[in-house]
Amino acid sequence: MIPAAFDYVAPSSVEEALAALAQYGDEAKIIAGGQSLLPVLRMRLNAPEWIIDLRKIESLRGIRDDGDAIVIGAMTPHSVVGSDPLVQEHAALISKAVGHLADAQIRHRGTFGGALAHADPAGDLGAPVLCLGAEFVIAGSGGTRTVAADDFFIDLFETAIGDDEILTEVRIPKHTGWGAHYEKMVRVAHQWPIVSVAATVRMDGGTIAEARVGFANMGSTALRARGVEEAIAGQPASEDAVRTAAARAAEGTNPPSDLNGDAEYKNHVVGVLTRRALLAAAGS
Amino acid sequence: MTATEVENEIGRDRRRKEDQRLITGRTRWTDNIVLPGMLHLAMVRSPFAHANITSIDTSAAKAAPNVVTVLTGSDFGEELGVCINAWPITPDQVTPGHSPMPSDRVAFAGEIVAVVVARSAAEARDAAELVDVEYDELPAALDLKKAAADETIAHPDLGTNKSAYWVFDSAEAGTGGSADEAIAKARTDGIVIEREYRQQRLIPAFMEPRSVVVDPTGEQYVMYSATQIPHIVRFALAATTGVPESKIRVIAPDVGGGFGGKLQVTPEEWIAWAVGRRLGKPVKYTETRSESLLSGHHGRDQWQKLTLSAEKDGTVTGFKVELLADLGAYVAIVGGGVPVLGAFMFNAIYKFPAYHFAVQTVLTNKTWTDAYRGAGRPEATYAIERIMDELAVEVGVDPLEIREKNWIKHEEFPFTTVCGLEYDTGNYEAATAKAKEMFGYDALRAEQQQRRDSGDPVQLGIGISTFTEMCGLAPSRVLGTLDYGAGGWEHANVRMTPLGKVEVVTGASAHGQGHETAFSQIVADRLGVPFEDVEVLHGDTQVAPRGLDTYGSRSLVVGGEAVVRAADKVIEKAKPIAAHLLEASIDDIDFAAGRFSVRGTDQGLGIAEIATAVFAAHNLPDGVEPTLDSDAAYDPVNFSFPHGTHLCAMEVDTETGALTMRKYVCVDDIGTIINPLIVAGQVHGGLVQGIAQALWEEAVYDDSGTLVSGSFVDYLLPTAADTITFDIDHTTSPSTTNSLGTKGVGEAGTIASTPAVVNAVVDAVRHFGVNDIQMPCTPERVWRAIRTGGKGGATTEAAMPHFEAEGEGA
Ligand SMILES: Cc1cc2nc3c(=O)[nH]c(=O)nc-3n(C[C@H](O)[C@H](O)[C@H](O)COP(=O)(O)OP(=O)(O)OC[C@H]3O[C@@H](n4cnc5c(N)ncnc54)[C@H](O)[C@@H]3O)c2cc1C
Repeated sequence: MIPAAFDYVAPSSVEEALAALAQYGDEAKIIAGGQSLLPVLRMRLNAPEWIIDLRKIESLRGIRDDGDAIVIGAMTPHSVVGSDPLVQEHAALISKAVGHLADAQIRHRGTFGGALAHADPAGDLGAPVLCLGAEFVIAGSGGTRTVAADDFFIDLFETAIGDDEILTEVRIPKHTGWGAHYEKMVRVAHQWPIVSVAATVRMDGGTIAEARVGFANMGSTALRARGVEEAIAGQPASEDAVRTAAARAAEGTNPPSDLNGDAEYKNHVVGVLTRRALLAAAGS
Repeated sequence: MTATEVENEIGRDRRRKEDQRLITGRTRWTDNIVLPGMLHLAMVRSPFAHANITSIDTSAAKAAPNVVTVLTGSDFGEELGVCINAWPITPDQVTPGHSPMPSDRVAFAGEIVAVVVARSAAEARDAAELVDVEYDELPAALDLKKAAADETIAHPDLGTNKSAYWVFDSAEAGTGGSADEAIAKARTDGIVIEREYRQQRLIPAFMEPRSVVVDPTGEQYVMYSATQIPHIVRFALAATTGVPESKIRVIAPDVGGGFGGKLQVTPEEWIAWAVGRRLGKPVKYTETRSESLLSGHHGRDQWQKLTLSAEKDGTVTGFKVELLADLGAYVAIVGGGVPVLGAFMFNAIYKFPAYHFAVQTVLTNKTWTDAYRGAGRPEATYAIERIMDELAVEVGVDPLEIREKNWIKHEEFPFTTVCGLEYDTGNYEAATAKAKEMFGYDALRAEQQQRRDSGDPVQLGIGISTFTEMCGLAPSRVLGTLDYGAGGWEHANVRMTPLGKVEVVTGASAHGQGHETAFSQIVADRLGVPFEDVEVLHGDTQVAPRGLDTYGSRSLVVGGEAVVRAADKVIEKAKPIAAHLLEASIDDIDFAAGRFSVRGTDQGLGIAEIATAVFAAHNLPDGVEPTLDSDAAYDPVNFSFPHGTHLCAMEVDTETGALTMRKYVCVDDIGTIINPLIVAGQVHGGLVQGIAQALWEEAVYDDSGTLVSGSFVDYLLPTAADTITFDIDHTTSPSTTNSLGTKGVGEAGTIASTPAVVNAVVDAVRHFGVNDIQMPCTPERVWRAIRTGGKGGATTEAAMPHFEAEGEGA
């Protein structure tokens, strides 16, 4: 488990990092927490010649209130995101998902931006950011641009971030007062989900006025379950109504078959978990 | 302190004296060892399960920076040696030759074809990627049943995959009746239960990867190895590489776990040995975790065909066991002996009148298999404890009742079983009664009924395992009759230093079990010295020249007894000296609490004072040697037979198949307990390992023979987060086969827990028509079983891709 030799730079600003990326091009890889990149290097699945470490760039760290959104710096570790009061108050779904992500050691090293940039469809953060309609701020040599969540995940391990770009922060529109629940199915605790369902709802009395439902590991990217959302909007938060809506969970999914379950099984489980997640998010 | 104030060390929950250095890592692991001028090795391994090697081009690798050389199998002659099978289970066993580095043909994915030697481990690894090997792929024998039918041959030159067929039949052995007759009779007027169970392939997954350092620069060649068996490695090196034993020193420094996985003579050790000798320089090889999972030996992997016959009331009349056991590509050091070790345990705690056991060992193109915690006995215990539950269902009684009907009653000990083994002591009634009470058995049964009646989506199951095992490997004579290549004795040496400290040398080489603490407690009591004054030395053939190492729950039962006997000899040697110095008759000397005293007087000498007097040797009786040092070699007269009752309550989410363990209670009878804390550790760890077989672990190959579960992402090991608090307790019926009354606990938890867990899962969903779920009981399998009443089917042979290289980038 020894990576191939590489050279290393740790720039102290986004501009320097972008310059390094421009200089080394295809031969370079960005490292954030290293929790996905290092295993790739150690198993020699990839052998970049340059590693550009973002850890010295203070501006990429931290969480701030920005009016109608909260902003999470790309280099903010999972452990900080998970316990942050702003996130808990305005994006509870993210706090709940982070609580299930890997184990404490990995949560201390791995970063919010790194996990999203890695774009593992089984990652725990993809579904919550889709549900909350996050915006991804991406810096490149020509300045920064903002990509909507729906356009961010392109395919397995592929995002809208270009080879010469860096994800700097993620803006999460406030969902203050929304109920939230993250339902993750695993066999052992430190695993990626077999299937996960993220659900967040705006309640109006006993009615689910609006719902956002997202899935992990149900396709080549994290997914939104629009059929379910549509079916439950305006319905009572009752077992029956939720069960009916959840029956649409497997619409448009394409889960991978692997050691933990085949596609048929996952398509079944996602319905069960959707029902449970919605009911829990609705507080019933 | 007077004698009465001395607290016994035996029975105290002493913190382990070795733990600080082990836990902080401030100790000597093989990989920490750095020798002057040491070179590093990296292995080039076959990606194919079965292939002819058509060419190996090492030129690019040889030209890489700081590479000293690259060697292949054809660069070596006989000095490379072979990996041995020490236990041919039948005289006509088919055993493929096992070169550590074959030059013509590879027989499993992961087999070594070349070794790169470089000045650093990183450079060796880089250069290994440059070795260009061309293969001509051959059809691979992968499926155990198809391999047993010789559909594809794993070693074409052998013409068959069938290695050995080993049978025990109680009618032939004269230890019982004919199982076939009992089954035939039951088919007409009784009950016959027929089942086929799968023991999936497991990976020992010890914490410290295997590592070896060879130093050929002294008068002796020294091998440091992360092994369980330094003595056996030394023996095998001498036997196969032409170096005399007297020139070989093998050191197992602190070793980070083994579970049987380091009970092996490995290609990696043999290659390092040959390279070190060839170059005359120290060399080191440490495997990566991936290499460990791929090429360290695996465990279990059997199909078990079982036929149990009983009278209508549930009294068992016969049991027939037919096994297929996957050896993998080679017959490993114990190899086919693993199922044979289980052969005597399928009858477990029961009074079966007739028993037939047959195993066919089979060669395949997968990683070789060998001993893994329990070795044969978990397989046996699983089979019998699963099928006893099936019998209970058939008879319509509680599974505890069916067991009680058939088990050996407390007053029937010693009892000779249908296999001819004599169980010395045991009390199944007592252990079961205690476990039932701790568990709240009746209340949980009531809750189970209530959940069934209400159609609760969460169903509750109760699993039982009333296990026994044979520990303390092993009486040498028994091993001889089974054609095992060595004995089963153990050796100890106890010596007093001039200032009265004690050094205990044991041949039972520990690798995390806590021997240093437990043996110190034994000797502290025996010699009446403080616990802190005892030092236990092991794991170096120069320090502990004689021994047979640690496995098979033998260290305390066999090795501990040797220590006791050596300590007693020290006292015997000291006595005449004490009498002489005290000017008393030896008949008037008593020894207690570390002090020799003259009966009826207040005269006496401490053992430390005697040690100093012996060192000075100024005033010893005529003809007495100036030493108290004593050796003992102990060959056990019998196995010991720990037993216990394990109860597991499992909740099954019938909508998803997810499992939640609710309660686990075990009451083990392991005889006298030297250190309750170490015992609890062994039980907890053992339970988790056995539960993991039931629920999580499986080595999965795809249909081209690639190990899919080749990292811990896909080979699921539990952590503390996945377990519950176990309720453990004990009953005690001391063994009569050793003077301490101990029975062995190293494997008990692993052996007992697997069937308890699967019985609980099946019990929870039996009303859906389920009578078996294949291990590991994944949620997917449980869900499918509920839907179809089947075993849950095969899993998809694909890994999760979390660490695949991304499309873009370098
Ligand atoms: C054993 C284990 C278990 C895990 N379990 C889970 C789990 O259950 N759920 C889960 O969601 N995750 C899990 N993870 C992954 C974890 O969440 C990682 O932290 C995350 O995937 C990557 O974050 P990182 O900061 O470590 O990124 P790195 O590994 O440093 O980088 C990952 C990728 O993103 C790129 N990258 C990183 N930052 C940026 C940026 N700012 N701009 C552009 N590109 C960037 C890198 O170049 C690299 O390609 C697990 C990891 C491990 C090792």
